[in-house]
Amino acid sequence: MRKFLFNKDNYGYFFIIPFFVVFLSLQLYPILYTFYLSFTNLSTANPEGDFVGLSNYIRLLQDKFFLKSIWNTCRIWILNFIPQLIFALGLATILTRSKIRGKDLFRGVYFLPNLVTAASVGILFNVLLGWQSGAINQILVVIRIIPEDQKIHFLANPVWTSTAVSVILWWMWFGHSMILFMAAMVSVPKDYYDAASVDGANAWQSFWKITIPQIKPVMIYVLVTSLIGGMNNFDIPFVIGEGQNLGTGGPLYSILTMVMHLYRMGFTGGRQRGYAAAVAFAIFFIVLIFSIIIFRSMTRKEVESEKAVRGVKR
Amino acid sequence: MRSNKKTKKNDAGKFTGKFFLYFFLLLLAIITFTPFYIMLINATRSTQEINMGITLIPGNALLENYKSMMISMNIWSGFRNSLIVAVPSTILSGYFGALTAYAFSKFKFKGNKFLFWFILATMMIPIQLGLIGYYQLTANLHIINTFWALILPTVANAATVFFLKMYIDVNVHDSLLEAARVDGSSEFYTFNRIVLPIIMPGVATMSILNFIFSWNNYLTPLVLLFDKEKFTLPILIALVKGTYKQNLGAQYLAVAISVIPILIAFMFFSKYIISGITAGALKE
Repeated sequence: MRKFLFNKDNYGYFFIIPFFVVFLSLQLYPILYTFYLSFTNLSTANPEGDFVGLSNYIRLLQDKFFLKSIWNTCRIWILNFIPQLIFALGLATILTRSKIRGKDLFRGVYFLPNLVTAASVGILFNVLLGWQSGAINQILVVIRIIPEDQKIHFLANPVWTSTAVSVILWWMWFGHSMILFMAAMVSVPKDYYDAASVDGANAWQSFWKITIPQIKPVMIYVLVTSLIGGMNNFDIPFVIGEGQNLGTGGPLYSILTMVMHLYRMGFTGGRQRGYAAAVAFAIFFIVLIFSIIIFRSMTRKEVESEKAVRGVKR
Repeated sequence: MRSNKKTKKNDAGKFTGKFFLYFFLLLLAIITFTPFYIMLINATRSTQEINMGITLIPGNALLENYKSMMISMNIWSGFRNSLIVAVPSTILSGYFGALTAYAFSKFKFKGNKFLFWFILATMMIPIQLGLIGYYQLTANLHIINTFWALILPTVANAATVFFLKMYIDVNVHDSLLEAARVDGSSEFYTFNRIVLPIIMPGVATMSILNFIFSWNNYLTPLVLLFDKEKFTLPILIALVKGTYKQNLGAQYLAVAISVIPILIAFMFFSKYIISGITAGALKE
């Protein structure tokens, strides 16, 4: 023991003990425990939880609500992510490459919705999207897009409801992605752009041939973190649906996401925790597969974009 | 002469380009802020006025809304509960995050690199994955339906460790630690009295983010807390619809009360917040 302490580097072990005790017992263990529970029928009816093999996973494949929730989750994420990416890249380019007054103010305003409690945002938009007295309908009437007697019942319509969730997520996240892209764009050497303009490249060409390849690591980061967050989407679709009850999934279950399904299975009705645990791992595997596809396709393009950079630099 | 004309034409084009750029940026800023603005305005208007239509001018029903809001729901208890969870969570993740980061940064013990990468890899795993297991675990430990269930796991915050390790690598010099050792300072004392003050700006950056994360957290407290007196602010706010039914003024006010602290925090700390969120993406 004395010898162990004689080496000052071994003090590092003492300093990481609290972190690792909590990490292993309250974070890693629950994940492994959840994996184990996904092979049991733990529920209110079976509080002990008998081992049932793969039957929860087989049930998942026949669960219409789960299959619908996969499609809902992916659709809501894609419809928010594509416009989010376009706006974030465009705004980041404008704010870093042109001289804009009040740059910090714009950046702050765009980013602000990201910090606000998602549950509050969901409720706020539930009220704003109301039918007869919702502010959004009132604005549409004032600017004469719709007549007074044809207000849109947004939250009773599956397409409107799902679109609204995507738009809210776009609103909450484009500023966040923009800030990450701005930070990456600032560190692109200015010489690259100068060299490109000497060679006669216009702004559009330098964006595609210099900016995009240079900020690619950050783009992958944004894509993967957004994917993980998007596949675990819960707060806003859970609270926004119409009616007094939370988490009903909206009209025709159009905004029932995968984590909402997990919650409904594990924490309402018969509390089928074993089955909910299988839902949790199904979500994990879906994210894993998508992430692997992203990394594969991104690294394959690496060679091409490197050629492009070299081509411009010449 | 010809080239002069050309530059003039270019200037005019540049001017209209700039004009449209500002127009677009301003329009987007207005769209982004409008939901908050309507929320603040409608929080001061009576339900009747809100039903009538939209306006940009505040009303004078704030007190009335506040009274009717407080009758059915004590929003300040949610406020208090959120603070009881968020403050210790922030302190624990900040302190133990710094301690762990310091160990990984300055002590070359066996397995240092492996353990560091191991916790990094887990950073990408969302809490939802272990939620069912954590629920069962807290039930078995009898800490379910207590704030401990929400506070204790924050001791292990991988993002904080990651950020602060980078910060210590750059800002804390080995020579300083050697000097402290020569002076007979114990390793733990050195951390608390010398290292911690130096890295305080980094700890503050992460702490603001951790506080906001805890303040906004919805799913975990929703699952782990049963008693209405223990509900944190997001859980209470989500119940606003069912509680106030047709009373729109009270609904807007309740949401506004939950959002205003974040708006104020952002006004003061936006630089810290932005540097905190960019750090993770840039130093991969």
